[in-house]
Amino acid sequence: MAKVDLSVTLAGVPLKNPIVPVSGTFGFGEEYGQFFDIQRLGAFCAKGLTLRPRVGNPPPRIAETPMGMLNSVGLQNPGVDAFLEKEWPRLKGLDLPVIANISGDTPAEYAAMCEKLSAAGVDMIEVNVSCPNVKAGGLAYGTKPELAAEVTREAKAHGGKTPVMVKLSPNVTDITEIAKAVEDAGADAVSLINTLRGMRIDINTRRPILKRNTGGMSGPAVLPVALRMVWEVHNAVKLPILGMGGVYNAETAVEMLLAGATAVGMGSALFADPMAAVKTIDGLEEWCTTHGTTPAELTGGVRPWA
Amino acid sequence: MPIQQQCTVIDKTPLGADTWWMTLSCGNMVEKTFRAPGQFVHIACPPYFLRRPISVATCQSDAPDDGLSIVFQVRGEGTRWLAQRCEGETLDVLGLLGNGFTMVPGGRYLLAGGGIGVPPLYGCAQYADGKALAVLGFRSQEQVIMADAFAGVCEGSFLCTDDGSVGFHGFVHQKVEEMLRKDNAFTAVLACGPKPMLKGVAEVAERYGVPCQVSMEERMACGVGACLGCATPMADGSMKHVCKDGPVFDASEVDWNG
Repeated sequence: MAKVDLSVTLAGVPLKNPIVPVSGTFGFGEEYGQFFDIQRLGAFCAKGLTLRPRVGNPPPRIAETPMGMLNSVGLQNPGVDAFLEKEWPRLKGLDLPVIANISGDTPAEYAAMCEKLSAAGVDMIEVNVSCPNVKAGGLAYGTKPELAAEVTREAKAHGGKTPVMVKLSPNVTDITEIAKAVEDAGADAVSLINTLRGMRIDINTRRPILKRNTGGMSGPAVLPVALRMVWEVHNAVKLPILGMGGVYNAETAVEMLLAGATAVGMGSALFADPMAAVKTIDGLEEWCTTHGTTPAELTGGVRPWA
Repeated sequence: MPIQQQCTVIDKTPLGADTWWMTLSCGNMVEKTFRAPGQFVHIACPPYFLRRPISVATCQSDAPDDGLSIVFQVRGEGTRWLAQRCEGETLDVLGLLGNGFTMVPGGRYLLAGGGIGVPPLYGCAQYADGKALAVLGFRSQEQVIMADAFAGVCEGSFLCTDDGSVGFHGFVHQKVEEMLRKDNAFTAVLACGPKPMLKGVAEVAERYGVPCQVSMEERMACGVGACLGCATPMADGSMKHVCKDGPVFDASEVDWNG
């Protein structure tokens, strides 16, 4: 039997398969590289970068939730220059597209990072306008269409030929408004959803478990919200979508494709099982073989009730 | 490099009302990944989403399968699930993770443990081969675990309790100070327990000029350094991560007020 073609193209970047570990769950690729060859992946989104190093939020940063978790890491990272100096030389030689994720406090910061990353030759830039765990920038840019558009224009103007993907927040009334705004501003793709804001409380101390009180929720529990939003955005814009949120195996990846995703992000599922992404790729191949289809054909293939 | 291994529970023994000793048959995990006493394993507790990090009390490379023992206290739904496993059941385990205590052959060590922080020091006591003294602290006599085990492998082993129901009446760092005042000829103090206890022990060790290593605890997700969840603040203002940089740190590195 011929091997099924798992390849997809996301904003002009060819991926071997649609499975992409998402930013903040995969470091710079080294840690899970201890468990499997990361070149098996479709691509991966590197840990979110800022112009200057950030130490992140105080602990505790993690809380478990029913079929999920909260985090408030707060964009801890070594800064874009340290990434390019210490991580990129190892990553650029791999047979694996690397998507750099960036956050800024001002449009000028996004512009400066795009120039550096584009010059270095990263495969794609993911513009984060949706981190719920930092005070400035981040989520503020992601909840107002005109600000999201401004950051997108800035990234496109300074990112050369590197495709720009904008990461959208689910913490908005209508996610399609933001998606349309960044499409009009020239984005090449969108990724969604970032984490949902949540909270947990220790009933003995009456303290929130997270030191920052609230954090971003992820894991299988958010899958239905992510599917709904990917479906809405797929119906509202023409941009390709990296769909993420709660995917943990081949079947949920197929759901994400059917909802409208071109590629499928996986994140906290890897914390539960380091092999989750690889198992999903294998499972997707088997599922597509059995059903005589391909990931590319599944995108947007949901048949909604009238 | 850590591995993922399906491990079989081969022994489960209660050490107290809510504390269990569990021995796992773990393939060749010890042979492949053991670095030093004080490492931990990350155990899946389905249907709970995140793995539970648990320190290794003792482990040995063996044929046909390596063995490792953990001691854990039922603190929440994950550890309750773990306590309900029976001999013969299989657990999904990542390990051995992190860096343990730095120990040198022939070194003489003062081990300071508090509560559920006591078991990880057992591997240190074994490694020291009779050249360790142990101070084991508990809230009261009912909570005492592993006293005989430590007494069997140490040069001397001392209990202390917060309420004085057995042994020295007082905190671990007070007993450690009493001992260091008479004898500070130790290669290092190795400590594991709640952060306030570690802080007290670190201060005393510094005062008597003995290097001190501490095993830290933090809420954790991935266990391998990818998610940056288990950050712990360092004295120089940076963050290090319990899972990858620790769990054992040099006491002088740690921000004790963070």
